[in-house]
Amino acid sequence: MMKHGIAIVFLMLIMNSQSWAVDSYQLADPEQQKAYETLISQLRCLVCQNQTIADSNAELAGDLRRQVFEMLQQGKSKDDIVTFMTDRYGDFVLYNPPLKTKTALLWLGPVAFLITGFTVVFWFIRRKKQAAATVFDAEKQKKIRKLLEDENNEESL
Amino acid sequence: MLKYIIPLLLFIVLAVFLALGLNLKPSEIPSPLVNKSAPAFSAPKLNAANEKLSPADLKGKVWLFNVWASWCVSCRAEHPIINQLAQQQAAVIVGLNYKDDPEAAKQWLATLGNPYNDSVMDQDGRIGLDWGVYGVPETFVMDKQGIVRYKHTGPVTGDDVKNIFLPLIAKLQAES
Repeated sequence: MMKHGIAIVFLMLIMNSQSWAVDSYQLADPEQQKAYETLISQLRCLVCQNQTIADSNAELAGDLRRQVFEMLQQGKSKDDIVTFMTDRYGDFVLYNPPLKTKTALLWLGPVAFLITGFTVVFWFIRRKKQAAATVFDAEKQKKIRKLLEDENNEESL
Repeated sequence: MLKYIIPLLLFIVLAVFLALGLNLKPSEIPSPLVNKSAPAFSAPKLNAANEKLSPADLKGKVWLFNVWASWCVSCRAEHPIINQLAQQQAAVIVGLNYKDDPEAAKQWLATLGNPYNDSVMDQDGRIGLDWGVYGVPETFVMDKQGIVRYKHTGPVTGDDVKNIFLPLIAKLQAES
């Protein structure tokens, strides 16, 4: 019984965190409705900055949702709407920044880090291996053997 | 030797990146409108709702577009500075009364002084959206051709006026 109670409380908490902003616009065409939901979850609320306009209750987010809804009603495509938003608010309004010269570091940086990391690891491994594989020449080997023998003799004394 | 230099270099690189990160202002989003034509609108004036104003009416003049609202606390902080700027008559100042109640807005101007040659009403925030307004106050500077030349986000300070606005306005006034 207790277990069930806890489970229900957790379920309520989870559902609460998923609650979306209040005004949901309904488009007649399910395809358009899907486009609407995709768009509002890809556009950033510029006031709150770390929320999409779907998640945010800020007034600006409400205005942007209304704008997206109206443009879809007018038959505008997803690309039209994204262009409309970036023309006014810049690429920052997009959660996924486009690949441009300006954002190249952002996109390629992690790959560069990965490559650097692998290079360093390989370099270390190779150096270790080389050190282990160093072969002593005949003269050195003789010396080593002699040293070892001497030590054995001393121990036996 | 290399043993000491590599960690030192790594430290310096890290320190530089962290220092850059500390000095970033993520709330200031560069406006894509700069160097583009001022977005068009035709909106009723606050003090004469039957008259309309549009950016085309201001062709040939250097003008400031200051987004404000009576509910906006930072606008109140900024207001004396805009008043001072208006007294210098360096440029035309147009206000965008953003998502406000006209009566409250008029009251606000009556109490704090009206630096605006005209204020236009944007009750549903559509003009603001076209101008990429995301926080009030914001201030745009337009040249004589109606091109947006500068955008300032947040309250304008006395230093901003002295170091940015007045020199820019003087430069734009000298252009044809």
